[in-house]
Amino acid sequence: MKYLDEYRDADTARQYAGEIRRVTTRPWNIMEVCGGQTHAIVKFGIDELLPKEITLIHGPGCPVCVTPLELIDKALEIASRRGVIFCSFGDMLRVPGSTTDLLSVKAGGGDVRIVYSPLDAVKVAEQEPARDVVFFAVGFETTAPATAMAVFQAAKKGLRNFSLLVSHVLVPPAMEALLASPDCRVQGFLAAGHVCTVMGFTEYEPIAAKYRVPIVVTGFEPLDIFQGVLMCVQQLESGRATVENQYARSVRQRGNQPAQRLMREIFHIVPRKWRGVGEIPRSGMGLSEAYAAFDAERKFGLADRRVEEPAECISGQVLQGLKKPRECAAFGTRCTPEHPLGATMVSSEGACAAYYRYRRPSGGGSGPGMTNVEF
Amino acid sequence: MCLAIPGRIESVNGEDPLERSGKVNFGGIIKEVNLAFVPEAQVGDYVIVHVGFAISRLDESEANKVFEYLKRMDELGELKEAGS
Ligand code: SF4
Repeated sequence: MKYLDEYRDADTARQYAGEIRRVTTRPWNIMEVCGGQTHAIVKFGIDELLPKEITLIHGPGCPVCVTPLELIDKALEIASRRGVIFCSFGDMLRVPGSTTDLLSVKAGGGDVRIVYSPLDAVKVAEQEPARDVVFFAVGFETTAPATAMAVFQAAKKGLRNFSLLVSHVLVPPAMEALLASPDCRVQGFLAAGHVCTVMGFTEYEPIAAKYRVPIVVTGFEPLDIFQGVLMCVQQLESGRATVENQYARSVRQRGNQPAQRLMREIFHIVPRKWRGVGEIPRSGMGLSEAYAAFDAERKFGLADRRVEEPAECISGQVLQGLKKPRECAAFGTRCTPEHPLGATMVSSEGACAAYYRYRRPSGGGSGPGMTNVEF
Repeated sequence: MCLAIPGRIESVNGEDPLERSGKVNFGGIIKEVNLAFVPEAQVGDYVIVHVGFAISRLDESEANKVFEYLKRMDELGELKEAGS
Protein backbone atom coordinates (compact mmCIF):
# COMPACT_ATOMS: atom_id res chain seq x y z
CA MET A 1 0.00 0.00 0.00
CA LYS A 2 1.27 3.43 -0.92
CA TYR A 3 2.64 5.43 2.04
CA LEU A 4 2.95 2.24 4.08
CA ASP A 5 5.01 -0.44 2.37
CA GLU A 6 7.86 1.80 1.27
CA TYR A 7 8.39 2.87 4.88
CA ARG A 8 8.98 -0.73 5.91
CA ASP A 9 11.89 -1.41 3.58
CA ALA A 10 14.36 -3.59 5.46
CA ASP A 11 17.48 -2.43 3.55
CA THR A 12 16.82 1.22 4.25
CA ALA A 13 16.07 0.34 7.87
CA ARG A 14 19.46 -1.36 8.19
CA GLN A 15 21.15 1.67 6.63
CA TYR A 16 19.47 3.90 9.18
CA ALA A 17 20.52 1.57 11.99
CA GLY A 18 24.10 1.73 10.67
CA GLU A 19 24.02 5.51 10.50
CA ILE A 20 22.68 5.73 14.05
CA ARG A 21 25.49 3.45 15.22
CA ARG A 22 28.02 5.65 13.45
CA VAL A 23 26.93 8.90 15.09
CA THR A 24 26.34 7.52 18.60
CA THR A 25 29.25 7.98 20.99
CA ARG A 26 27.49 7.93 24.37
CA PRO A 27 24.42 6.42 26.07
CA TRP A 28 21.17 8.29 25.43
CA ASN A 29 17.61 7.78 26.72
CA ILE A 30 14.97 8.71 24.18
CA MET A 31 11.25 8.55 24.89
CA GLU A 32 8.76 7.78 22.15
CA VAL A 33 5.65 9.57 23.33
CA CYS A 34 2.98 7.69 21.45
CA GLY A 35 1.73 4.17 22.06
CA GLY A 36 1.40 3.65 18.31
CA GLN A 37 5.16 4.15 18.09
CA THR A 38 5.74 1.79 21.02
CA HIS A 39 3.70 -0.83 19.23
CA ALA A 40 5.74 -0.46 16.02
CA ILE A 41 9.06 -0.45 17.90
CA VAL A 42 8.33 -3.68 19.72
CA LYS A 43 6.58 -5.34 16.78
CA PHE A 44 9.34 -4.70 14.26
CA GLY A 45 12.13 -5.11 16.79
CA ILE A 46 13.42 -1.61 16.07
CA ASP A 47 14.96 -1.24 19.53
CA GLU A 48 16.94 -4.45 18.99
CA LEU A 49 18.59 -2.99 15.88
CA LEU A 50 19.70 0.16 17.66
CA PRO A 51 23.15 0.41 19.24
CA LYS A 52 23.13 -0.61 22.90
CA GLU A 53 23.85 2.97 23.94
CA ILE A 54 20.34 4.02 22.84
CA THR A 55 17.53 3.20 25.25
CA LEU A 56 13.99 3.78 24.07
CA ILE A 57 11.67 4.62 26.92
CA HIS A 58 7.98 4.00 26.29
CA GLY A 59 5.97 7.09 27.02
CA PRO A 60 2.46 7.78 28.26
CA GLY A 61 0.94 8.15 24.80
CA CYS A 62 -1.83 5.60 24.92
CA PRO A 63 -5.18 7.24 25.66
CA VAL A 64 -6.73 3.95 26.70
CA CYS A 65 -3.96 3.46 29.24
CA VAL A 66 -4.07 6.90 30.81
CA THR A 67 -7.85 7.24 31.18
CA PRO A 68 -8.19 7.44 34.97
CA LEU A 69 -9.96 4.74 36.97
CA GLU A 70 -12.45 7.38 38.09
CA LEU A 71 -13.66 7.93 34.52
CA ILE A 72 -13.84 4.18 33.85
CA ASP A 73 -16.00 3.77 36.96
CA LYS A 74 -18.24 6.61 35.79
CA ALA A 75 -18.53 4.95 32.38
CA LEU A 76 -19.48 1.68 34.04
CA GLU A 77 -22.11 3.34 36.17
CA ILE A 78 -23.70 5.17 33.23
CA ALA A 79 -23.56 2.09 30.99
CA SER A 80 -25.35 0.04 33.67
CA ARG A 81 -28.32 2.39 33.82
CA ARG A 82 -31.56 1.30 32.23
CA GLY A 83 -32.45 3.01 29.00
CA VAL A 84 -28.89 4.10 28.28
CA ILE A 85 -27.05 3.17 25.09
CA PHE A 86 -23.35 3.47 25.84
CA CYS A 87 -21.11 3.92 22.78
CA SER A 88 -17.36 3.45 22.99
CA PHE A 89 -14.27 2.68 20.95
CA GLY A 90 -13.69 -1.07 21.12
CA ASP A 91 -10.45 -0.96 23.06
CA MET A 92 -12.07 0.66 26.11
CA LEU A 93 -14.29 -2.36 26.75
CA ARG A 94 -11.78 -4.46 28.65
CA VAL A 95 -10.16 -1.66 30.63
CA PRO A 96 -10.61 -2.69 34.24
CA GLY A 97 -12.56 -0.36 36.52
CA SER A 98 -12.60 -0.75 40.31
CA THR A 99 -14.82 -3.82 40.20
CA THR A 100 -15.77 -4.67 36.62
CA ASP A 101 -15.36 -3.61 32.98
CA LEU A 102 -17.64 -2.51 30.13
CA LEU A 103 -17.55 -5.94 28.51
CA SER A 104 -19.01 -7.49 31.68
CA VAL A 105 -21.66 -4.77 31.87
CA LYS A 106 -22.57 -5.65 28.28
CA ALA A 107 -22.63 -9.38 29.06
CA GLY A 108 -24.92 -8.59 31.99
CA GLY A 109 -27.47 -6.96 29.69
CA GLY A 110 -26.17 -3.39 29.41
CA ASP A 111 -26.55 -1.82 25.97
CA VAL A 112 -22.87 -1.17 25.24
CA ARG A 113 -22.04 -0.60 21.58
CA ILE A 114 -18.69 -0.41 19.86
CA VAL A 115 -18.43 2.47 17.40
CA TYR A 116 -15.69 3.28 14.92
CA SER A 117 -16.29 7.03 14.89
CA PRO A 118 -17.96 9.48 17.30
CA LEU A 119 -20.31 10.34 14.42
CA ASP A 120 -21.66 6.77 14.60
CA ALA A 121 -22.83 7.54 18.15
CA VAL A 122 -24.64 10.66 16.88
CA LYS A 123 -26.42 8.45 14.35
CA VAL A 124 -27.51 6.06 17.08
CA ALA A 125 -28.94 9.02 19.02
CA GLU A 126 -30.94 10.07 15.97
CA GLN A 127 -32.28 6.56 15.48
CA GLU A 128 -33.19 6.06 19.16
CA PRO A 129 -34.83 9.32 20.25
CA ALA A 130 -36.44 7.74 23.32
CA ARG A 131 -33.13 6.59 24.79
CA ASP A 132 -30.12 8.33 26.25
CA VAL A 133 -27.09 7.80 24.06
CA VAL A 134 -23.71 8.43 25.70
CA PHE A 135 -20.36 8.45 23.88
CA PHE A 136 -17.17 7.73 25.81
CA ALA A 137 -14.87 10.39 24.34
CA VAL A 138 -11.30 9.34 25.08
CA GLY A 139 -8.19 10.24 23.16
CA PHE A 140 -5.44 12.74 22.59
CA GLU A 141 -5.45 15.81 20.36
CA THR A 142 -5.64 13.39 17.42
CA THR A 143 -9.14 12.25 18.35
CA ALA A 144 -10.52 15.45 19.88
CA PRO A 145 -11.50 17.07 16.54
CA ALA A 146 -13.72 14.06 15.77
CA THR A 147 -15.43 14.41 19.16
CA ALA A 148 -15.79 18.15 18.60
CA MET A 149 -17.52 17.49 15.29
CA ALA A 150 -19.90 15.01 16.94
CA VAL A 151 -20.89 17.64 19.53
CA PHE A 152 -21.20 20.30 16.86
CA GLN A 153 -23.48 18.15 14.72
CA ALA A 154 -25.56 16.99 17.68
CA ALA A 155 -26.10 20.63 18.68
CA LYS A 156 -27.06 21.58 15.15
CA LYS A 157 -29.54 18.73 15.02
CA GLY A 158 -30.91 19.67 18.44
CA LEU A 159 -30.32 16.18 19.85
CA ARG A 160 -31.21 16.24 23.55
CA ASN A 161 -30.69 12.52 24.12
CA PHE A 162 -27.00 12.65 23.25
CA SER A 163 -24.19 13.32 25.70
CA LEU A 164 -20.49 12.58 26.13
CA LEU A 165 -18.29 11.35 28.90
CA VAL A 166 -15.24 13.38 27.95
CA SER A 167 -11.74 12.30 28.89
CA HIS A 168 -9.61 14.03 26.28
CA VAL A 169 -6.00 14.58 27.25
CA LEU A 170 -3.24 16.83 25.95
CA VAL A 171 0.29 15.61 25.33
CA PRO A 172 2.59 18.64 25.94
CA PRO A 173 1.56 19.16 29.60
CA ALA A 174 2.26 15.46 30.27
CA MET A 175 5.71 15.79 28.69
CA GLU A 176 6.39 18.78 30.90
CA ALA A 177 5.22 16.91 33.99
CA LEU A 178 7.63 14.09 33.13
CA LEU A 179 10.51 16.48 32.55
CA ALA A 180 9.86 18.33 35.79
CA SER A 181 10.06 15.12 37.84
CA PRO A 182 13.39 14.62 39.66
CA ASP A 183 13.38 10.96 38.51
CA CYS A 184 13.24 11.93 34.86
CA ARG A 185 15.74 10.03 32.70
CA VAL A 186 14.47 11.25 29.35
CA GLN A 187 17.06 13.17 27.30
CA GLY A 188 15.17 13.46 24.02
CA PHE A 189 11.68 12.90 22.65
CA LEU A 190 10.08 11.45 19.58
CA ALA A 191 6.86 13.49 19.62
CA ALA A 192 3.62 11.90 18.43
CA GLY A 193 3.14 12.48 14.70
CA HIS A 194 -0.63 12.34 14.62
CA VAL A 195 -1.08 14.56 17.66
CA CYS A 196 1.13 17.10 15.86
CA THR A 197 -0.78 16.59 12.61
CA VAL A 198 -3.69 18.21 14.41
CA MET A 199 -1.86 20.65 16.71
CA GLY A 200 1.33 21.50 14.84
CA PHE A 201 4.53 21.75 16.85
CA THR A 202 4.99 25.34 17.97
CA GLU A 203 3.88 24.47 21.52
CA TYR A 204 6.87 22.12 21.85
CA GLU A 205 9.43 24.84 21.19
CA PRO A 206 9.31 26.39 24.68
CA ILE A 207 9.57 22.88 26.19
CA ALA A 208 12.65 22.02 24.14
CA ALA A 209 14.25 25.32 25.13
CA LYS A 210 13.33 25.25 28.84
CA TYR A 211 14.41 21.66 29.54
CA ARG A 212 17.13 21.55 26.88
CA VAL A 213 15.69 18.43 25.23
CA PRO A 214 15.57 17.73 21.51
CA ILE A 215 12.04 16.96 20.32
CA VAL A 216 11.59 15.28 16.94
CA VAL A 217 8.05 15.03 15.60
CA THR A 218 7.99 11.45 14.31
CA GLY A 219 5.73 9.17 12.29
CA PHE A 220 4.71 5.59 12.93
CA GLU A 221 6.29 3.41 10.28
CA PRO A 222 9.63 1.73 10.97
CA LEU A 223 11.64 4.08 8.73
CA ASP A 224 9.96 7.09 10.33
CA ILE A 225 11.03 5.88 13.74
CA PHE A 226 14.59 5.14 12.61
CA GLN A 227 14.89 8.60 11.07
CA GLY A 228 13.35 10.19 14.17
CA VAL A 229 15.87 8.42 16.40
CA LEU A 230 18.74 9.44 14.10
CA MET A 231 17.67 13.10 14.10
CA CYS A 232 17.30 13.03 17.86
CA VAL A 233 20.72 11.41 18.41
CA GLN A 234 22.35 13.92 16.05
CA GLN A 235 20.94 16.73 18.17
CA LEU A 236 22.00 15.09 21.42
CA GLU A 237 25.52 14.39 20.18
CA SER A 238 25.98 17.95 18.98
CA GLY A 239 24.43 19.53 22.09
CA ARG A 240 21.45 21.00 20.27
CA ALA A 241 17.89 21.00 21.68
CA THR A 242 15.35 22.13 19.11
CA VAL A 243 12.10 20.91 17.60
CA GLU A 244 12.47 19.11 14.28
CA ASN A 245 9.84 17.57 12.05
CA GLN A 246 10.55 14.11 10.69
CA TYR A 247 6.91 13.51 9.69
CA ALA A 248 6.54 16.46 7.34
CA ARG A 249 4.43 14.53 4.85
CA SER A 250 1.59 14.86 7.36
CA VAL A 251 2.61 17.49 9.93
CA ARG A 252 2.64 21.24 9.22
CA GLN A 253 4.11 23.70 11.68
CA ARG A 254 0.74 25.11 12.72
CA GLY A 255 -1.15 21.85 12.40
CA ASN A 256 -4.67 21.48 11.11
CA GLN A 257 -6.33 24.88 11.46
CA PRO A 258 -9.96 23.92 10.71
CA ALA A 259 -9.73 21.14 13.32
CA GLN A 260 -8.22 23.48 15.92
CA ARG A 261 -10.90 26.08 15.26
CA LEU A 262 -13.67 23.61 15.99
CA MET A 263 -11.87 22.29 19.08
CA ARG A 264 -11.60 25.83 20.47
CA GLU A 265 -15.33 26.29 19.90
CA ILE A 266 -16.38 23.08 21.67
CA PHE A 267 -13.76 22.51 24.41
CA HIS A 268 -11.93 24.37 27.09
CA ILE A 269 -8.77 23.40 28.93
CA VAL A 270 -9.19 21.58 32.25
CA PRO A 271 -6.95 19.80 34.76
CA ARG A 272 -7.07 16.04 34.20
CA LYS A 273 -6.04 12.95 36.12
CA TRP A 274 -3.85 10.46 34.22
CA ARG A 275 -4.09 6.87 35.26
CA GLY A 276 -1.06 5.89 37.29
CA VAL A 277 0.40 9.39 37.08
CA GLY A 278 -2.02 11.63 38.95
CA GLU A 279 -3.52 15.00 38.17
CA ILE A 280 -1.69 17.21 35.67
CA PRO A 281 -2.80 20.84 35.45
CA ARG A 282 -4.16 22.07 32.12
CA SER A 283 -3.69 18.61 30.59
CA GLY A 284 -7.20 17.86 29.40
CA MET A 285 -10.13 19.13 27.41
CA GLY A 286 -13.68 19.34 28.71
CA LEU A 287 -16.85 20.66 27.14
CA SER A 288 -17.05 24.42 27.25
CA GLU A 289 -19.94 26.12 29.04
CA ALA A 290 -21.89 26.68 25.82
CA TYR A 291 -22.03 22.89 25.27
CA ALA A 292 -22.47 21.85 28.92
CA ALA A 293 -25.84 20.30 28.05
CA PHE A 294 -23.88 17.51 26.32
CA ASP A 295 -21.81 16.71 29.41
CA ALA A 296 -22.75 13.20 30.60
CA GLU A 297 -21.11 13.72 34.01
CA ARG A 298 -23.52 16.57 34.72
CA LYS A 299 -26.47 14.87 33.11
CA PHE A 300 -26.03 11.77 35.26
CA GLY A 301 -24.96 13.63 38.42
CA LEU A 302 -21.44 12.14 38.58
CA ALA A 303 -19.31 15.25 38.32
CA ASP A 304 -18.07 15.08 41.93
CA ARG A 305 -17.26 11.37 42.10
CA ARG A 306 -13.65 10.61 43.14
CA VAL A 307 -11.91 7.22 42.97
CA GLU A 308 -8.36 6.40 44.09
CA GLU A 309 -6.06 4.09 42.12
CA PRO A 310 -5.01 0.70 43.52
CA ALA A 311 -1.30 0.29 44.34
CA GLU A 312 -0.49 -3.18 43.00
CA CYS A 313 -0.13 -2.37 39.28
CA ILE A 314 3.04 -0.43 38.42
CA SER A 315 1.66 0.87 35.12
CA GLY A 316 2.13 4.42 36.39
CA GLN A 317 5.87 3.85 36.50
CA VAL A 318 5.76 2.08 33.14
CA LEU A 319 3.93 5.06 31.64
CA GLN A 320 6.54 7.43 33.00
CA GLY A 321 9.35 5.33 31.61
CA LEU A 322 10.72 4.47 35.05
CA LYS A 323 10.14 0.72 34.71
CA LYS A 324 9.83 -1.78 31.87
CA PRO A 325 6.75 -4.07 31.81
CA ARG A 326 8.88 -7.12 32.61
CA GLU A 327 9.87 -5.57 35.92
CA CYS A 328 6.27 -5.96 37.10
CA ALA A 329 5.74 -9.09 39.21
CA ALA A 330 2.30 -9.66 37.70
CA PHE A 331 3.45 -9.38 34.06
CA GLY A 332 2.39 -12.38 32.01
CA THR A 333 1.21 -14.31 35.07
CA ARG A 334 -1.59 -12.65 36.98
CA CYS A 335 -1.81 -9.93 34.36
CA THR A 336 -2.42 -10.86 30.69
CA PRO A 337 -4.37 -9.23 27.84
CA GLU A 338 -7.24 -11.63 28.57
CA HIS A 339 -7.25 -10.69 32.26
CA PRO A 340 -5.57 -7.31 32.53
CA LEU A 341 -4.85 -5.83 35.94
CA GLY A 342 -3.81 -2.49 34.52
CA ALA A 343 -4.74 -0.44 31.50
CA THR A 344 -1.31 -0.74 29.85
CA MET A 345 -2.08 -4.44 29.35
CA VAL A 346 -5.39 -3.75 27.58
CA SER A 347 -4.72 -1.69 24.50
CA SER A 348 -2.39 -3.01 21.81
CA GLU A 349 -0.65 0.36 22.17
CA GLY A 350 -0.04 -0.18 25.88
CA ALA A 351 3.58 -1.03 26.68
CA CYS A 352 2.65 -4.11 28.75
CA ALA A 353 0.46 -5.56 26.00
CA ALA A 354 3.09 -4.90 23.32
CA TYR A 355 5.74 -6.72 25.40
CA TYR A 356 3.30 -9.54 26.13
CA ARG A 357 2.56 -10.00 22.47
CA TYR A 358 6.03 -9.72 21.02
CA ARG A 359 8.57 -10.19 23.80
CA ARG A 360 7.68 -13.11 25.99
CA PRO A 361 10.57 -15.53 26.54
CA SER A 362 8.19 -18.47 26.05
CA GLY A 363 5.11 -18.97 23.91
CA GLY A 364 6.27 -17.44 20.65
CA GLY A 365 6.78 -14.09 22.25
CA SER A 366 9.38 -12.75 19.88
CA GLY A 367 8.01 -10.34 17.36
CA PRO A 368 7.95 -10.46 13.58
CA GLY A 369 11.25 -8.61 13.63
CA MET A 370 13.00 -7.05 10.69
CA THR A 371 13.48 -10.28 8.77
CA ASN A 372 9.81 -11.19 8.72
CA VAL A 373 7.75 -10.93 5.55
CA GLU A 374 5.66 -8.22 7.15
CA PHE A 375 8.59 -5.92 6.90
CA MET B 1 -6.70 3.77 19.26
CA CYS B 2 -4.52 6.56 17.94
CA LEU B 3 -4.17 4.53 14.79
CA ALA B 4 -4.42 6.71 11.70
CA ILE B 5 -3.82 5.30 8.25
CA PRO B 6 -3.28 6.68 4.75
CA GLY B 7 -5.88 6.23 2.03
CA ARG B 8 -6.71 7.69 -1.37
CA ILE B 9 -9.78 9.87 -1.94
CA GLU B 10 -12.02 8.29 -4.60
CA SER B 11 -14.91 10.73 -4.53
CA VAL B 12 -16.07 13.83 -2.66
CA ASN B 13 -19.60 14.91 -1.79
CA GLY B 14 -21.24 17.71 0.16
CA GLU B 15 -21.14 21.45 -0.48
CA ASP B 16 -21.15 22.68 3.12
CA PRO B 17 -17.46 22.66 4.24
CA LEU B 18 -18.44 21.23 7.64
CA GLU B 19 -20.41 18.37 6.07
CA ARG B 20 -17.89 17.50 3.38
CA SER B 21 -17.28 13.77 3.11
CA GLY B 22 -15.99 11.26 0.60
CA LYS B 23 -15.06 7.72 -0.20
CA VAL B 24 -11.51 6.76 0.71
CA ASN B 25 -9.70 3.67 -0.53
CA PHE B 26 -7.44 1.85 1.95
CA GLY B 27 -5.66 -0.75 -0.16
CA GLY B 28 -8.93 -2.00 -1.63
CA ILE B 29 -11.22 -1.36 1.32
CA ILE B 30 -13.48 1.65 0.70
CA LYS B 31 -14.82 3.68 3.60
CA GLU B 32 -16.92 6.81 3.98
CA VAL B 33 -14.72 9.49 5.58
CA ASN B 34 -15.47 12.97 6.89
CA LEU B 35 -13.40 15.53 4.96
CA ALA B 36 -14.37 18.68 6.89
CA PHE B 37 -10.85 19.15 8.27
CA VAL B 38 -9.09 18.86 4.90
CA PRO B 39 -10.90 21.43 2.73
CA GLU B 40 -7.93 21.48 0.33
CA ALA B 41 -8.02 17.72 -0.38
CA GLN B 42 -9.33 16.56 -3.76
CA VAL B 43 -10.05 13.29 -5.52
CA GLY B 44 -6.76 11.43 -6.02
CA ASP B 45 -5.09 12.93 -2.94
CA TYR B 46 -3.91 10.73 -0.09
CA VAL B 47 -5.17 11.60 3.38
CA ILE B 48 -4.43 10.35 6.89
CA VAL B 49 -7.64 9.04 8.43
CA HIS B 50 -8.39 8.64 12.13
CA VAL B 51 -11.76 7.51 13.59
CA GLY B 52 -13.57 8.36 10.37
CA PHE B 53 -11.96 11.79 9.85
CA ALA B 54 -9.25 12.87 7.46
CA ILE B 55 -6.79 14.90 9.55
CA SER B 56 -4.23 15.78 6.89
CA ARG B 57 -3.48 15.64 3.21
CA LEU B 58 -0.20 13.84 2.58
CA ASP B 59 2.46 15.94 0.93
CA GLU B 60 3.98 14.01 -1.96
CA SER B 61 7.24 15.95 -2.06
CA GLU B 62 7.86 15.57 1.69
CA ALA B 63 7.08 11.87 1.51
CA ASN B 64 10.40 10.96 -0.10
CA LYS B 65 12.57 12.79 2.40
CA VAL B 66 12.98 9.65 4.49
CA PHE B 67 14.99 8.18 1.62
CA GLU B 68 16.77 11.38 0.61
CA TYR B 69 17.96 12.00 4.17
CA LEU B 70 20.23 8.94 4.13
CA LYS B 71 21.69 9.93 0.76
CA ARG B 72 22.41 13.41 2.04
CA MET B 73 24.11 11.97 5.12
CA ASP B 74 26.24 9.79 2.84
CA GLU B 75 27.32 12.74 0.75
CA LEU B 76 28.12 14.78 3.85
CA GLY B 77 30.20 11.88 5.17
CA GLU B 78 32.15 11.69 1.91
CA LEU B 79 32.69 15.43 1.89
CA LYS B 80 34.09 15.28 5.39
CA GLU B 81 36.36 12.40 4.56
CA ALA B 82 37.60 14.17 1.43
CA GLY B 83 38.27 17.31 3.46
CA SER B 84 40.18 15.65 6.31
S1 SF4 C 1 1.94 -6.07 33.71
FE1 SF4 C 1 -0.20 -5.61 34.32
S2 SF4 C 1 -0.08 -5.24 36.53
FE2 SF4 C 1 2.02 -5.09 35.71
S3 SF4 C 1 2.29 -2.90 35.20
FE3 SF4 C 1 1.57 -3.88 33.34
S4 SF4 C 1 -0.66 -3.61 33.42
FE4 SF4 C 1 0.07 -3.24 35.50
